[in-house]
Amino acid sequence: MRFAIEENKLTPAPLLLTPQETYPISKLNLLPEIPLDSTFCFNSQLQHYLSGKQLLLDDLPFTLDDIQLHYVKGYLMYRKGIEIVGDKNHCLRCGTKDSRWFAEFPCARCGDICTYCRQCLMMGRVSSCTPLISWRGPVPEGKVPLNLLEWTGTLSPGQSGASSRVVNAVDRLEQLLVWAVCGAGKTEVLFKGIEHALTQGKRVCIATPRTDVVLELTPRLRAVFPHTTVASLYGGSEDRHTYAPLTIATTHQLLRFYQAFDTLIVDEVDAFPYSIDETLQYAVKQAKKPHSALIFLTATPSRKWQRECHLGKREFVTIPARYHRKPLPVPKFVWCGNWAKLLAQKRLPTNLLVWTKKRLAANKQALIFVPRIEAMDKMLHVFQKLHPQIESVHAEDPDRKEKVMRMRNKEIPVLLTTTILERGVTFANIDVAVLGAEDQVFAESALVQIAGRAGRSAQFPSGEVIFFHYGKTESMVRARNQILAMNKEATQRGMLDK
Amino acid sequence: MSLFADSYCLICHGVIDLAISWSSVLLATEDMVVCKSCHERLKPLSGERCRICGRVLSTDYRNRDQCFDCIRWEEDSEWGGLLAQNFCLYEYNEFLKEVIATFKYRGDYLLARAFKSGILRTLKNRKFDLIVPIPLSGERLYERGFNQSEALILEAGLQPTRLISRIHSEKQSKKSRSDRIHIPQVFRISEVEVVLLRDKTVLLIDDIYTTGSTLRHAAKVLHEHGVHQVFSFTIAR
Repeated sequence: MRFAIEENKLTPAPLLLTPQETYPISKLNLLPEIPLDSTFCFNSQLQHYLSGKQLLLDDLPFTLDDIQLHYVKGYLMYRKGIEIVGDKNHCLRCGTKDSRWFAEFPCARCGDICTYCRQCLMMGRVSSCTPLISWRGPVPEGKVPLNLLEWTGTLSPGQSGASSRVVNAVDRLEQLLVWAVCGAGKTEVLFKGIEHALTQGKRVCIATPRTDVVLELTPRLRAVFPHTTVASLYGGSEDRHTYAPLTIATTHQLLRFYQAFDTLIVDEVDAFPYSIDETLQYAVKQAKKPHSALIFLTATPSRKWQRECHLGKREFVTIPARYHRKPLPVPKFVWCGNWAKLLAQKRLPTNLLVWTKKRLAANKQALIFVPRIEAMDKMLHVFQKLHPQIESVHAEDPDRKEKVMRMRNKEIPVLLTTTILERGVTFANIDVAVLGAEDQVFAESALVQIAGRAGRSAQFPSGEVIFFHYGKTESMVRARNQILAMNKEATQRGMLDK
Repeated sequence: MSLFADSYCLICHGVIDLAISWSSVLLATEDMVVCKSCHERLKPLSGERCRICGRVLSTDYRNRDQCFDCIRWEEDSEWGGLLAQNFCLYEYNEFLKEVIATFKYRGDYLLARAFKSGILRTLKNRKFDLIVPIPLSGERLYERGFNQSEALILEAGLQPTRLISRIHSEKQSKKSRSDRIHIPQVFRISEVEVVLLRDKTVLLIDDIYTTGSTLRHAAKVLHEHGVHQVFSFTIAR
């Protein structure tokens, strides 16, 4: 679309009454700011649709006339979708500046060569003639219900301490990292903080990288905040246009928000490869209000963040013990020789086979983590000679959900897996092994998460964790040190039962 | 293409393995714009194929070198002989369906480049006077931002001629009753070009050949204006 500038206002070309010079929005230097006309009777449907969002014209089921009227009255704004400085492009929706994500095409909408962003294309194409549309009028007013939080559970001492820190951060609009071990119960730690924000009529969002987690969190939060509208957002979800005080979204969906949240909680910050991390940071910055609380939750902060914590440069609180008050299983390192070479001869290290046979004999389930799919496929044949029900699973496996279910039902004695099951999945009573723990896919955080799969339930709070390796790595040592440090801290703070 | 900077797969955005691109450079087959794994998921149409539409022939549903659908078209006095032959590249499987959807509905224009070498390979040693994209209606064109057929031509480095356009639907409603009983013609010739058409060979470009109805409607209009022969090319069949 092209715009003309008339009386210091943008006018979309299709609404021009007389022919005028028009431009794609990215070619305009300064976008005029229009003062709010407080006498204007705005469309509250549009307000609900657009508050805290940045959407494309194609996303809005309102006429261009209606949209323009709200713009002229100062109730919404047009921003550039792509900013072009010299020969550098910047996608203002997803934040990328990497030239590999940009391409050009002869655009029928502006009649020019348009540059578009391929990184966030699946959310609707943003090109150099695309305006991002946001609301700048008053936000919808909702009545705050009484008895917001209906939860009767109790917090462990570790959770309780973290919970009050979260409330403080929410109240003072600060940043806080909640560093909670796997199985600490981090969701409950958020309840009081969310309640505190909602009571003040503030808007809250929990963002998490995976759709599975959104689907799991949504019913839990709806149950404890039964009088609050909860929007659940992921690719293809139906709540896309629900204006809600509490939003649970995949981090990807944050790209549709603009200065929306007073409290933004980001779950599993470490679950991203570095490249995606930049997009996440941008999305978080865009989606929260300039003055807002930002809470990060993780069991495995990056080296950088750990360092910042220890140097006092980052506000953080730890929950070093699990809810069931038993220490985290500490991984043991076992050298297993050149397993890849053995595997080429369709063999496996003897100590791993012995370990597996013991589990089979004792009827104890086990997860075995493997660095790569190809290696796993070869191994499966060898393992199935021990027990035909042994299975393997990876990210692209069409039967992934079904296999995880069968593992839960104890129909699979031993499950081989790539790092896909390193987090999020809980099996009640298992031992865990890693074969080829020296591989670079097993970063410190991956190994801590993997070890965190064992001993999860209160009924079976222990479990064995073995890293079979062909040369100890720094990541392995750091992972074990991190676990030992948490157990030590938990002991010192009296959070473990004898 | 630089072998020293990373190149990324147009389809999955993954890094294209240099070892593989080396071998392709040595074999000088095609630009490495698609990674090995995506390339393998595009299934070329092979084996015995229908002489007209290019579909892979099964044991039944055929008579000699034609499929039943094309036989039915050819036997119809109104439609027979209009389309000389359709060239096509790949099986319309789930993977290609997704790629084409991203290309034309999501509007990822650059994906047209993934088919460049396939198009050029298919059209090599064949001469056409005009290469004509199947047009979109004005409304569709605005919605998508570009015409996918035209994008395929341009990205293959060829010159499109916008010879036909869609008749607006409101005009169709003004047609006489007998016009409407027959399958309505949806295309018309953009008038300025008419003189040029006598005895010409035209290649129509579209993304998918489904029933062949779109291409035959376009071919019909072209024949009515003196075009000698109409071929077509589609990515998927």
